Amino acid sequence: MEIPYTTEARPDTGLFNAKLGIWLFLASEVMLFGSLFSAYILLRTGAPVWPHGRTQGLSIPLATVNTMVLIASSVTMVLSWASLRLKDFAKYRLYLGLTILAGLCFMVIKGFEYSAKFEHHHFPSTSTFFAVYFTLTGLHGLHVLGGMIINGYFWGPGAKMWKSDPERFTNRIEVAGLYWHFVDLVWIFLFPTLYLL
Amino acid sequence: MALVDDHAVPAHGHAEAHHEESFLRKYVFSQDHKWIGIQYGFTALLFLLFGFTLMMMMRWALAFPGKPMPILGGWLFKAMGGVMPPEFYNQLGAMHGTIMVFLGIVPLAVGAFGNYVVPLQIGAPDMAFPKLNMTSYWLYFCGGVAMLGSFFLPGGAAQSGWTSYPPLSDIAPTGQTAWLVGMLFLIFSSLLGATNFLVTIIQLRAPGLTWMRLPFFVWAQFVTSFLLLLAFPALQAAGILQLMDRLAGTSFFLPSGLVVSGVHLPNTGGGSPLLWQHLFWFLAHPEVYVLILPAFGIVTEVITNNTRKPLWGYRSLVYAVTFLGFMSFVVWAHHMFMTGMGTVMSTFFQTTTMIISIPSVIVLTALLITLWGGSIRFNTPMLFALAFLPMFAIGGLTGLPLGLAPTDIHLHDTYYVIGHFHYVVAPGTIFAMFAGIYYWFPKLTGRRMNETLGKIHFWPSIIAINCIFMPMLWQGLAGVSRRLYDGGASYSHAREVAAHTNPFMSYAAWTLALAQIPFIINLFWSIKKGKEAGSNPWEATTLDWAATTSPPLGHGNFEQVPVVVRGPYDYSLPGASRDFTPQHQVEET
Amino acid sequence: MSAHDAESIRKETKAYITVFISLAVLTVLTVGVSYFHMPVRLAILVALAIATFKGSLVAAVFMHLRAERRLIYWVLVLTVIFFIFLMAIPSISQWDQRMLR
Repeated sequence: MEIPYTTEARPDTGLFNAKLGIWLFLASEVMLFGSLFSAYILLRTGAPVWPHGRTQGLSIPLATVNTMVLIASSVTMVLSWASLRLKDFAKYRLYLGLTILAGLCFMVIKGFEYSAKFEHHHFPSTSTFFAVYFTLTGLHGLHVLGGMIINGYFWGPGAKMWKSDPERFTNRIEVAGLYWHFVDLVWIFLFPTLYLL
Repeated sequence: MALVDDHAVPAHGHAEAHHEESFLRKYVFSQDHKWIGIQYGFTALLFLLFGFTLMMMMRWALAFPGKPMPILGGWLFKAMGGVMPPEFYNQLGAMHGTIMVFLGIVPLAVGAFGNYVVPLQIGAPDMAFPKLNMTSYWLYFCGGVAMLGSFFLPGGAAQSGWTSYPPLSDIAPTGQTAWLVGMLFLIFSSLLGATNFLVTIIQLRAPGLTWMRLPFFVWAQFVTSFLLLLAFPALQAAGILQLMDRLAGTSFFLPSGLVVSGVHLPNTGGGSPLLWQHLFWFLAHPEVYVLILPAFGIVTEVITNNTRKPLWGYRSLVYAVTFLGFMSFVVWAHHMFMTGMGTVMSTFFQTTTMIISIPSVIVLTALLITLWGGSIRFNTPMLFALAFLPMFAIGGLTGLPLGLAPTDIHLHDTYYVIGHFHYVVAPGTIFAMFAGIYYWFPKLTGRRMNETLGKIHFWPSIIAINCIFMPMLWQGLAGVSRRLYDGGASYSHAREVAAHTNPFMSYAAWTLALAQIPFIINLFWSIKKGKEAGSNPWEATTLDWAATTSPPLGHGNFEQVPVVVRGPYDYSLPGASRDFTPQHQVEET
Repeated sequence: MSAHDAESIRKETKAYITVFISLAVLTVLTVGVSYFHMPVRLAILVALAIATFKGSLVAAVFMHLRAERRLIYWVLVLTVIFFIFLMAIPSISQWDQRMLR
């Protein structure tokens, strides 16, 4: 029993199912991170004083590097999808591999940042500033991790589908890419908000 | 030309090999929307029964405060001599609300009815993402386990109301953490489910099934899914923040200088209890429309079918519920009028709240006009659907004084509120759920439920349910506050009203419980012994009734993909040979 | 769906690289601007404006939104509207408190 429009687009909407699905899911993610941003704004504007990130030991150079890493990973992600559309499986694997590595690099740098904070006895409970910092970057980090697991699956065991159903597989990578770009997008807003303002 | 005949044997025309699925794969980790719908249905009904039981225990404490509870009291409260302690009452209150809303009604209305009926009504073989559907169910199950398990934690289950307001919820016993974890599972389940429903309805409609030919039930589920998708994340965020407060020592919701039992809390403070309320109600208001919209959908299907004439005002209904869905996002602070709100903010939310009452009136009006001049069949689903109308009307009307701040000053946090929302959900939504069960039972099983037992279920239920909730409105007006473990006995202004009404209401509640026994018996007995029904016993027009009786699992729903040629409610078409013309039936020559 | 032929994909690839470079430059700009002393409100506005522009590039080019179907646009428009309602929470809360004082 076949579900229609899994691979080919439905004529009147012009979309295949998973693409619509991921955009809808991303809409809910916008609301999730939006709620957290909203909470942050409410707490910050209601506070008599709010420190600047620099004064709390946040490393702007390190975070800038991380931002570049994530942006680069977005490029490699979309290039991996473009490679599949050009039927170049080897290039796809290369670019997706780079994406996963970039994600790993991001998490490692995050790990350095967090451990540096903990060494200075800065925990979520230390202040509302750190509560916001750890919660927002932590949730974002979990999303990066999730993306890495999905990408890892498509780099490894999931790549079998390239042999059996290349079009559907290409669509899956496109969908995974949309999720990954969104994770990058959230960071593009998180970075200035937490580190620079 | 019939699309399928009642005795069709499906599946063997397929070219694919028909391999036997293991029991685990077919019945536990099913990916078929019909079985998942049934899983949701049974699980939700069990949770509803459990939540109902919790309420019956509460009603003992309310009717006979300070008296030992029979049977269960000796077992649960031995140390207190069988008398329910206040902390336990609070657990019952918080969990009754949580279980009924999140583990009972939404999974039943959306997970069960939505899953089973929507693909059938749009002529689809299944939902767009069957594996995701299965995942949604098991996430719901896990959330339910977390919630139920919390009763066994030291300190008991969550006990800060289903609304979990901080600071109290931040410092509450461990059960609250389990509540938060459970909610995260449930929310994730709903988000995945909502995505599934939206893609299914947008992408998998059969040829010819345009938007304005959709059965109204599908429109209702469509709007509901948008509400779930875009509103639930706010509670997810709030839940994460509260977990951080409870587990990581943050102060998102804890104000500075908080003193508990004479001791300053060691946290940093700087948090805002109002932040929780804003985020909670940003979800929870759309949530109440999630509770009512599927009910509107079911009632519309049942009423239209049993009047044998087309639904009046289809377009108006569609626009009304779409507008309702949109407006539901801008009324949330009418739950917060008593938080020290300024007049401008209050005026804004009173205005939007008044505006949002209009679509509901349009829905009720359209359904009433539909009845006018109809050939009404008073079968059991119709009785429940008809009862929905005045009950929902009472629920809606009693909401108006709550939505206006000057009257809300007196009514907020009283039994009036409890009466109001129970009228909408209990004789409102739950009656619609019953209507749906009696209506779609033949599709699932090929047999009808017993009509006599159905009527024995209906009449005592409608009477008892009014005896419970009508006095609550009275109690609230008299100033009896909600969430009092003794029902108001400790307050001089409330004591007399409480003493006169609470015992009566409790007897009504226990009678309501007894009235459900014929339903439970009917449900199980009819699966094997009910009158055989055929594929379209109600002579209905929508595509779900064109599918075979009890469509088999894993093989799609229709012999051939149906092609829709007309609207959903072509009853009593002039010149037609029967008083109904199915959606896929081409003109007779 | 956009044309599959190799030529258009190579053109898209050029766009990806261009956007990558733009994003890198904008990131440096964001950081650089943050070192200037300006009133808090202006700093927030500038930072968010640059972030929004960067985000739009990611959405339009990497996520192919500029070539995407209308249905997706409408889902996003709806989401943005509700996102604004969400952002209204702190604003109205703040404004309401100030009015009361």
